[in-house]
Amino acid sequence: MATPVPVAPRRRRRSRARRSTPLTIAMLAALAYFLLPLFWLLIASTKSTQDLFNSFGLWFSHAPQLLANVKETFTQDDGVFVHWLLNTVMYAVVSSVGAALLAAAAGYGFAKFRFRGDRLGFNLVLGAVMVPTTALAIPTYLLFAEAGLVNTPWAIILPSLVNPFGLYLMRVYAQDAIPDSILEAARIDGAGEARIFFTIALRLLAPGLVTVLLFTLVATWNNYFLPLIMLNDPDLYPITVGLSSWAAQAQNGGAGSSSDMLALVVTGSLISILPLVVAFLLLQRYWQSGLAAGGVKQ
Amino acid sequence: MAVTTAPSAKGRRRAAGPLFVAPFMVLFVLLFLAPLGYAAYLSLFQERLIGGTAFVGLDNYVKAVQDPLLIHGVGRVALFFVIQVPVMLLLALLFALALDSGLLRLARVIRLGIFVPYAVPSVVAALMWGYLYGPDFGPFAQLSRKLDLPVPGFLSESWMLGSLANIVTWEFVGYNMIILYAALRTIPQELYEAAAMDGAGAWRIAWSVKLPALKPALLLTLLFSVIGSFQLFNEPNLLMKVAPDVISSSYTANLYAYTLAFTGQQVNYAATVSFLLGLVIVIASYAILLTANRRRTP
Repeated sequence: MATPVPVAPRRRRRSRARRSTPLTIAMLAALAYFLLPLFWLLIASTKSTQDLFNSFGLWFSHAPQLLANVKETFTQDDGVFVHWLLNTVMYAVVSSVGAALLAAAAGYGFAKFRFRGDRLGFNLVLGAVMVPTTALAIPTYLLFAEAGLVNTPWAIILPSLVNPFGLYLMRVYAQDAIPDSILEAARIDGAGEARIFFTIALRLLAPGLVTVLLFTLVATWNNYFLPLIMLNDPDLYPITVGLSSWAAQAQNGGAGSSSDMLALVVTGSLISILPLVVAFLLLQRYWQSGLAAGGVKQ
Repeated sequence: MAVTTAPSAKGRRRAAGPLFVAPFMVLFVLLFLAPLGYAAYLSLFQERLIGGTAFVGLDNYVKAVQDPLLIHGVGRVALFFVIQVPVMLLLALLFALALDSGLLRLARVIRLGIFVPYAVPSVVAALMWGYLYGPDFGPFAQLSRKLDLPVPGFLSESWMLGSLANIVTWEFVGYNMIILYAALRTIPQELYEAAAMDGAGAWRIAWSVKLPALKPALLLTLLFSVIGSFQLFNEPNLLMKVAPDVISSSYTANLYAYTLAFTGQQVNYAATVSFLLGLVIVIASYAILLTANRRRTP
């Protein structure tokens, strides 16, 4: 039936538009800056710790050993890196799916229903967009410590479930993408509100939902401050905290077992960014239209 | 209204709105408002060596606004904000306009390439740049030595803030660019045709049609940047390990709050600092919103 209003309609380019070579070259130069550290990471993960210091940083050494590095990354400390990877996936997936669903339901509720206190509730959340998460993190830690939640996965997942900007985005999106006439028609056909939400609204909200999901996924995947303060059991660490603990070991000196740590930090870093980069490439058209909704409306 | 629904259905519908909103709002109260309130509460107490915890009213706040460590931390972050944010947003704007101009070859590759750093955890970004900055083994130092040039002191006292700004810029230009680009894509083609009809050139169109249309999106990116820069933590916390003499444990306000809570065990004072920091960010954000709104309605 009706399709949601496209948020970012693709304009047809004038066919006579000429391409500009100077502009393209300037932008390629900018691109080089953005890709340089990633290029370095790719090269560096093929090197031993020794070669990281002895060979030129932006080119391969004489003895590339990517596979050996990967194997060592996964087996160091009885495979703790695998734990970190799985923890990160678990925290990120549970948080982002939960946050997206909560934001979708609430955004839909605020967009399509009038009830007592709706304006106040929404404005409260809108104001909360400005409260920085790290300013909240320390009091949250103290509260969680009293509740016995510190050093459990809940300490990471629960705070990530509330995404005020996600709610704002879903409300804007619901307003545009769900025509009231469809809701009325479904009600006349006798569908309950819950059924209307799950079978009709959620489907129309899908692109916005994917946007919130993807951005919460990135935020949780990349989260460092919250797990840093909430967790002290290495088996519960996400990749970010794990890598920084390895980096600290690597920097503490070349003595003994820590001398090979740097290669592991580098290879682990490369492995940690691959899933997100792939997710973004695959889901491009969703996050772009979703972001457009947030950036255009007031 | 042409359609009348049965009274019972209407009653259910009235209840539906709050029910959709409830799960989010309950978690919002528990995980957002409660920690804020708890921080406010804790900030009114002090732990004494003798006699345990005592109510001290606003003493902690009086202490905080006179605390040179906090003042320097906030000052550093403010300086960072004033320099880094304009550079980042200007670059994002230029890139978005270039992408939207239709003059670029390889536009898709360039767009994705500039956006990719956003998917990189700040921990990994700081580790990579920390290595690239290195005065002994970093590739820039290696190149300078080969060319007999002085080795750039990226990690020295005078360069550090700039080096941090570079990392943050690298991470977030692409994200801001995508928000602005998505907003540009929603400008209707007719506006360009009308402007061209009136004799406007490409520059004139960018200035008089595109920029005004970008205002809401620019405001959004500016707000996120305020929130982001004032809670700067991850990058300095990681670079601290490679440059411990330059980055102290109170280098940024957020780092200071963390140090107070987790190494100084000064829970109440840490809550005060967190609360104050949140307040500074909210005030700065509102100031920006108010200025923007005043400009919009002359």
